[in-house]
Amino acid sequence: MELKDIYTNLVMEHSSNSPYKTELKNATHKQHGHNPSCGDDITIFVNLENGKIKDASFSGVGCAISQASTSIMIETLIGKTTLEAKQIAQIFVKMIDREKLLPEEKKLLKNARAFENIKDMPARVKCALLPWKTLLKLLEEN
Amino acid sequence: MKNLRDEFPLIAKNKFAYLDSSATSQQPKCVLKAVDDYYKKSHANPHRGTYCLSVEATNAYDFSRQKVADFLNAHFEEIVFTKNATEALNLVAFSYGSFLKKGDHVLLSLMEHHSMIVPWQRACKTHGATLDYIKLNNNFELDLDDFEKQLRKKPKIVGISSVSNVLGTKNNVKQIIEMAHSVGAKVLVDISQSIAHEKFDVEKMDADFVVFSGHKMYAPMGVGVLFAKEELLEAMPPFLLGGDMIEYVYEQETTFAPLPQKFEAGTQNVGGAVGLKTAINFLEEIGFDKIKEIETELTKYARAELKKLKFVECYFTSNAKNHENVISFNLKGIHPHDVASILDSKGVFVRAGNHCAQPLLRSLGLNSTCRLSLSLYNTKQDIDKLVEALKYAYEMFFKTK
Repeated sequence: MELKDIYTNLVMEHSSNSPYKTELKNATHKQHGHNPSCGDDITIFVNLENGKIKDASFSGVGCAISQASTSIMIETLIGKTTLEAKQIAQIFVKMIDREKLLPEEKKLLKNARAFENIKDMPARVKCALLPWKTLLKLLEEN
Repeated sequence: MKNLRDEFPLIAKNKFAYLDSSATSQQPKCVLKAVDDYYKKSHANPHRGTYCLSVEATNAYDFSRQKVADFLNAHFEEIVFTKNATEALNLVAFSYGSFLKKGDHVLLSLMEHHSMIVPWQRACKTHGATLDYIKLNNNFELDLDDFEKQLRKKPKIVGISSVSNVLGTKNNVKQIIEMAHSVGAKVLVDISQSIAHEKFDVEKMDADFVVFSGHKMYAPMGVGVLFAKEELLEAMPPFLLGGDMIEYVYEQETTFAPLPQKFEAGTQNVGGAVGLKTAINFLEEIGFDKIKEIETELTKYARAELKKLKFVECYFTSNAKNHENVISFNLKGIHPHDVASILDSKGVFVRAGNHCAQPLLRSLGLNSTCRLSLSLYNTKQDIDKLVEALKYAYEMFFKTK
């Protein structure tokens, strides 16, 4: 695996210049997530309305992979119902766990497929997973 | 003299630059062979059997303890084998910590590893004592004025590391012990980061407790050492309970074995102890003066080369004589984990994170750092390789912008 398969232009762009990196005003829900061993520390803000993610954003610090994964996740999930969001997050986890995805599942992930190669960098898997696990926690607790 | 790199199979066989010896050092052939020989020729459960093989294993274990005692200039009874420095620190905090009373103070330096901080946190909470910290000055060194001020609270225990595992700052342990003793405190010194690089004489230093891990000084993982003055060990209650640490066991009462067995419950890591003895021999054969010469030169070179890189921020003291083997740094605008991954792809192994020292990093306003650490098998080429890889990482990130 080439390192450039992980640090793609898309990932670099989202990590350094995310349009979603802001504290959402009027967020109905927020969830904190962190990787204690490395210091990735994020908070996800979600505005839920009638079971739909009307808007979302994030704040916090972390490596390029965790920051980009958070940004791309939010981009992917805005406009989805909570059920759809949960399903997509589960597909993402499945992809990282090296399970084979169905073509329609791949389609649902959109840009988040950029992290497919992270499975070949075991030390960084938890960075990519952090926002998705944090979101699943938010959805499960609400 | 033999080429030192050739003594380390994992270093000699590979082209990578291993710059993480502060986390764990690689092992020389002689240590690997000694452990192998022990298991092939002398292995049995020590202290238990009356047969010759068990006696041989007991001897192997005792000789290793004597070697450690000689190395530290201590007595045989004052050396307790543990799993690692962490277990030794837990032992002291649990056992000597049980003498703490409500209102007592324990004083640690803010540059301590979690393995020093967390056990004393619990001991203080359990016994109603207060945990205080010695601050750092703005040159990444301990603030001795603050230390003096904190000593007015008359702490019962002062906990300090000889060298910071994050900053590489070398503390003046002798002076700290003298100052602490002047108010009646006992001093616990974690020498894990310095033991592979500098000899420690417990008598000359007048240290009360000293701990280190074998695996940071070319011995196998799974063996560590606690030294404590005999009268302290005699007074302290045992830590772990079980076989081999007892004298008589009745249904409701037990009397304990003499030192050092009192603190070594259960079957011990004899192979590890044999490895540790061999590692000490290895260091003594090279000689600590020679080790110092090699490593001081490497540290000096690494400091200078990193300082040349404008995009690198370093966190070390400006007093080079107080700086040993460990350098923390960051690339401006790039998270250390990304840096470490990119360095990895170039065959340069450094650690990234908070290095088990969150309070220190927080006090410096840092979330995490990259850390390189140097050992006697490293070369200037390793540092050159690191510098090239850092340039590559920087370009990779900032050419996309």
